[in-house]
Amino acid sequence: MSDSPIAVEQHGPELLHHFVDAEQQRDAAALGMWLFLATEIMFFGGMFCAYLIYRFWYFNEFAAGSRSLDIWLGTINTAVLICSSLTVALGVRAAQMGKRKVLVVLLLLTIVFGFAFLGIKGVEWYDKYKEHHIPGNSFNVDDLVRDYPQLHIDPRHEQIYFSLYFAMTGLHALHMIIGVGLFVFLTYYAWKGRYTPKYYTPVEIGGLYWHFVDIVWIYLFPLLYLIDRHR
Amino acid sequence: MATVAVTAERENYLNQEYGIRSWLLTTDHKRIALLYLASITFFFFVGGFFALLIRLELLTPAGDLVQADTYNKLFSMHGQVMIFFFLIPSIPAVLGNFLVPLMIGAKDLAFPRINLLSWYLYIIAGVVYVHCILTGGVDTGWTFYTPFSTAFSNTRVIEAGIAIFIAGFSSILTGLNFVVTIHRMRAPGMTWSRLPLFIWAHYATSIIQLLGTPVLAITLLLVVFERAFNLGIFDPTRGGDPLLFQHLFWFYSHPAVYIMILPAMAVESEVVACFTRKRIFGYNFVAMSSIAIAVFGFLVWAHHMFVAGISLYSALIFSILSYLVAVPSAIKVFNWTATMYKGSISFTTPMLYAFGFIGLFTMGGLTGLFLSALGIDVHVHDTYFVIAHFHYIMVGGAVMGYLGGLHFWWPKISGRIYPEGWGRLAALLVFAGFNLTFFPQFILGYMGMPRRYWQYPPEFQVLNVLSTAGSTILAVGYVLPMIYFLWSMRYGKIAPDNPWGAAGLEWKTTSPPPSFNFEEAPEVTWEAYNYEEIPAPAEVSVER
Amino acid sequence: MSEHIMSSKFYYAIWIALLCLTVITAAVSFVDLGPFNAVVALVIATFKALLVVLFFMHVKYTSEKLTKIVIVAAIFWLFLLLALSMADYATRLWT
Repeated sequence: MSDSPIAVEQHGPELLHHFVDAEQQRDAAALGMWLFLATEIMFFGGMFCAYLIYRFWYFNEFAAGSRSLDIWLGTINTAVLICSSLTVALGVRAAQMGKRKVLVVLLLLTIVFGFAFLGIKGVEWYDKYKEHHIPGNSFNVDDLVRDYPQLHIDPRHEQIYFSLYFAMTGLHALHMIIGVGLFVFLTYYAWKGRYTPKYYTPVEIGGLYWHFVDIVWIYLFPLLYLIDRHR
Repeated sequence: MATVAVTAERENYLNQEYGIRSWLLTTDHKRIALLYLASITFFFFVGGFFALLIRLELLTPAGDLVQADTYNKLFSMHGQVMIFFFLIPSIPAVLGNFLVPLMIGAKDLAFPRINLLSWYLYIIAGVVYVHCILTGGVDTGWTFYTPFSTAFSNTRVIEAGIAIFIAGFSSILTGLNFVVTIHRMRAPGMTWSRLPLFIWAHYATSIIQLLGTPVLAITLLLVVFERAFNLGIFDPTRGGDPLLFQHLFWFYSHPAVYIMILPAMAVESEVVACFTRKRIFGYNFVAMSSIAIAVFGFLVWAHHMFVAGISLYSALIFSILSYLVAVPSAIKVFNWTATMYKGSISFTTPMLYAFGFIGLFTMGGLTGLFLSALGIDVHVHDTYFVIAHFHYIMVGGAVMGYLGGLHFWWPKISGRIYPEGWGRLAALLVFAGFNLTFFPQFILGYMGMPRRYWQYPPEFQVLNVLSTAGSTILAVGYVLPMIYFLWSMRYGKIAPDNPWGAAGLEWKTTSPPPSFNFEEAPEVTWEAYNYEEIPAPAEVSVER
Repeated sequence: MSEHIMSSKFYYAIWIALLCLTVITAAVSFVDLGPFNAVVALVIATFKALLVVLFFMHVKYTSEKLTKIVIVAAIFWLFLLLALSMADYATRLWT
């Protein structure tokens, strides 16, 4: 089924031929990304379900585990992601306005923030490694048992907290890495001038993905780092 | 119907390009559907092979064909292969992929490359699973229950888990593609209320795939982590709760059965309408029931856990909800039956499968209600009663829907007519073989024969022998279509555009369709199932 | 998605709000509110998430009702998983 000659002139090479027009393509891409994010909500949701149940069962162990995390690093990382969401939102705006150089800078900044987050996460995990808090054969929470005698910590239950901690932050970090990879591609194509006010869909839906990963962290931070801190 | 000039073959999606690259790198939804057809047929026979060994073992009360550990692997892999590599993809990935764009008047799905990716993910998953089979298999039951799967089993649990994890993403992407396509790419005039019920049912299926499969993904991932890193999340000796695994597992796996049956219901609506030459009775009710099944299906999962240790109060809640979910299915059965009243019925092969579907699905569904009653479930849980129940729905329902659909749309897909006489024979063999295989199992279960047992008390032997005998007839019934479909591709009568005189946009284009589906973009000004306007074919095209 | 181009000032305002809420969340966790610590933390987190969804992800300005339906449906489904699972756990010890 070929387009009429007139229709062909009106769209660029980015319009895929099974779509009727650019608007249909953009609407399809956006809906597709939102549906994908819905699946991601359910994916992380399974871990939130496990977290919810074990937090009720083993509140003391969860509190001790939470205390052993560095609240400063956690807060800074939250701020880093919030900054990256800002640069993403400004980037989409730059694309909408056709400002190529601004867009490239903002995308690069986003990547920098992403790496910063991952770097800080790496530091945190390394700390956990040194403290023998990584679940597995060298797991050892004698330090927590000693520091919080009033909590009567059961090391097996403590391992459940840290298992969930690493599963949740680990999968979140994996999504960050994928996001950074995506943005590397976006930056390259933005630099090449592919995105115009008429066509910036990849930036838009890449941005949706990034914001979602930020939102997951917005919930992970209080749930993992801020349990019972006031005692 | 119009005769086709046999000298020059028109260009269509099959002959437009030749060569293996044009198939393996295709983004044409119709070719991808055929790629899936080949692959799921392969896995159907793998799963069938395991079933054959199970039934052979169960011919005698003693465990004499295979060892107990091997038997555990047989039923586990039979279940996993059949569910994840055959049933879940089957109708959506083959018939759905082929027909959804055609039925709504689009040129392709919304994301053709993601469609191809979906198939490749399925193949990768399949390769990993085959490797798992060849290197020792898995013996946890298809359900991977913990802590056996995480702490005690010595089989390839991690590999099986990863394979199914990957297959899950294939399923999610298919569902995503369908939802976006149905929302965004309907032809002008194709309003929601003019959509074939096939589309409504696939839309509902896709919602389940999108919202349920990710939970299975994370659950399998946690099992893999637990097993690999010795965690304890599901291990009761370390404070974990095995029931947490079951909650998370069944949150997907119950809606999964609706992923398997809704597409068969999709086929049922199309076939019944065509071979009674009437609009489906209660179109709105059938459409809404599809959505209702998808939604309610998520509310009942713990009925698989009634005797596992959940609280009695939650068991009561889930029991009541399980009764609720039967209602929309029953509505559909009533509507299909009502459609047949005063219809002009032809007993073609697809219609024979449709009749079989209604009866067998109803039996399966009703026995599901028995199981929803807590008292009965305590008695028959983990017995052959449950096995019979779900095979009535999965095989008597879903597989017959799949076969009926394959026959119905075969002329459109291949451009050829299959031999109708053989088709009817195979359908009858499937029906007879199925009932002989699985009806005795209801009795066995009620009498107390447990499932997943490799040996059994001698008083159960007669029924087991009947069941195995039935399975051989069933196997013949399944092999026949493979043979005559392949035969028809070379020697079958050339199919006209609309051999059945059916309603639906897919029948308004050629058989097989051109690569971009329609010579001219259709514009829809008529309601679905407008059989009063479509002349019945002079003779329903048959090859004698 | 919407064509509505928002002012960069507005984005900066949302950014500041998000940072402030982060600081507040961390600070409040050191105050003893009994069982309400968790509630407050989650309420603030939800508010932050809403700011991101509505403004950074443009959901407030989109004319697409379907987007909002998808978001609400996903959250509702997660809620189903949590609530019906808790129906078991919460009542296990009832006699």
